Amino acid sequence: MMKTKKPFFSAKNLTVTPYAVWMVLFVLIPIGLVVYFAFTDANGTFTLENLSYIKRYAETFWLSVELALISTVICLLLAYPMAFIIAKMPTERQGSAILLIMLPMWMNFLIRTYAWMTILENNGIINRFVGMIAQWLQIEFEGFSMINTNGAIVLGMVYNYLPYMILPIYTVLTKIDNSLIEAARDLGSSSVHVFRRIIAPLSVPGVISGITMVFVPAVSTFIISYLLGGGKTYLIGNIIENYFLGSSGAINYNVGAALSLLLMILIVVSMGIMNHFDKDSESVGGGMIV
Amino acid sequence: MSKHLKRLYSFLIFAFLYAPILVMVVYSFNGIKSRSVFEGFSLQWYKALFEDSLILESFSNSLIIAALSALIATVIGTFAAVGINKMKKRTRSAYLFVNNIPVVNPDIVTAISMMILFVFFVSVTKMFEMGFWTLLIAHITFNIPYVVLNVLPKLRGMDNNIYDAALDLGCPPIKSFFKVVLPQIMPGIVTGAIMAFTLSLDDFIISYFNSGTSFQTLPITIYSMTKKPYSPKINALSTLLFVFVLVLMLIVNLRQTRTAKDKKKKEKS
Repeated sequence: MMKTKKPFFSAKNLTVTPYAVWMVLFVLIPIGLVVYFAFTDANGTFTLENLSYIKRYAETFWLSVELALISTVICLLLAYPMAFIIAKMPTERQGSAILLIMLPMWMNFLIRTYAWMTILENNGIINRFVGMIAQWLQIEFEGFSMINTNGAIVLGMVYNYLPYMILPIYTVLTKIDNSLIEAARDLGSSSVHVFRRIIAPLSVPGVISGITMVFVPAVSTFIISYLLGGGKTYLIGNIIENYFLGSSGAINYNVGAALSLLLMILIVVSMGIMNHFDKDSESVGGGMIV
Repeated sequence: MSKHLKRLYSFLIFAFLYAPILVMVVYSFNGIKSRSVFEGFSLQWYKALFEDSLILESFSNSLIIAALSALIATVIGTFAAVGINKMKKRTRSAYLFVNNIPVVNPDIVTAISMMILFVFFVSVTKMFEMGFWTLLIAHITFNIPYVVLNVLPKLRGMDNNIYDAALDLGCPPIKSFFKVVLPQIMPGIVTGAIMAFTLSLDDFIISYFNSGTSFQTLPITIYSMTKKPYSPKINALSTLLFVFVLVLMLIVNLRQTRTAKDKKKKEKS
């Protein structure tokens, strides 16, 4: 019996072909190259040396994770009430409020981070302002040292990524069916109870995509730590950058690739943990498209 | 929460979001070259900005890359979405998994992975060098997934019967696609294209690793400005960009409210 073979280039395949070729060439092969470079030396022979070499960056690695986690938690604490307030606004005002939240995001983040330097510097706006008050009160004031600290880096992360947390939470909150809340109220639930049993569980998908959208860029940043951390604090992103674009003596794609592989594994693991909390949502970053 | 508390909270969040922008705007009009003392009003930094050919050139480079990459990504992504939509569930999830890689991966990983490929390619062929083409390819690559993610839901929400009806009535498949399917998924395509354009215009990290030295986009120029001694030109540039974005957003918002109103009117009549 002859099987009727499907033609390889059916119309259906034809529309996907350019995409499939593109994704293989510029997404899958590059990722494969990262793995290949991580496990080879400069001559291309297999080695585990890169992986043992990067052990020396364990401290940097944990600092990056720690600062990113702190920023994510602060973002969540700040963003949830804001998203809630906006979601409860009259519909015609919600649009403008969301527009106001998104507007700073459309400014390049280099510029926004750079602006914080002006504010936080030793001779910056905050210190001059407090200094003026101190002078007026005749108190001695030596100035806060804010720039080039881990605190400044966290501030920069929170500032840059706060909208990424507000938007997905807002999106899920507006989708909650109001009749559920009314029903609970009718049945005698208190506001706290309604929040705990209905609103909070239903907003989990938004919180999850918010957390990923803040944590991933925060843990891998090299700009925020470069601009606000001065030369003092190096995060994992700075070290990777240095291995690829540093001075010619510092360049080592193999070690850089090993670090990037580690970063990828970290992201995959944290996504796995996140998805564990959110089994219902179909795709990652679902709340992203507003 | 009481009304006042809500107002205060929103005010504080917005103050936090806009404080640095306000600082930039104010200091762009500074009479002296300082980022802490403000003395006298002047437009000199704006004048200096428009005399800086490097900034102007990198801005036009950014626009070219953004427009081209958005256009190409939209075409590839839209056709891909059409195909992916028709696939069986398992194949579709495999495709969507790959599609999500550039979305989920940290930008720096996407950036260095492509950089390794390009450097490898350049060293093997000894023909090309990092520059316009590598930048364009990199931008198309991170734009395509967003187009697919915007078009796919529109395809899934579409009524397939209309397309089948067109076929039954003797309309050839390609013509039916352009006459029936395309108009229905247009909103998704437009959103995807706009998203691709803005992502590309704003991107620093991926461009930084894949542009080489010959071709600079605006964010790369801004980055090199932050490395040099302070110049208020950067404030003037930021202010102009902010005003540009503000006007653009207001126009979009006005149009949306107008179409919403028109819809309401139509429903009433």
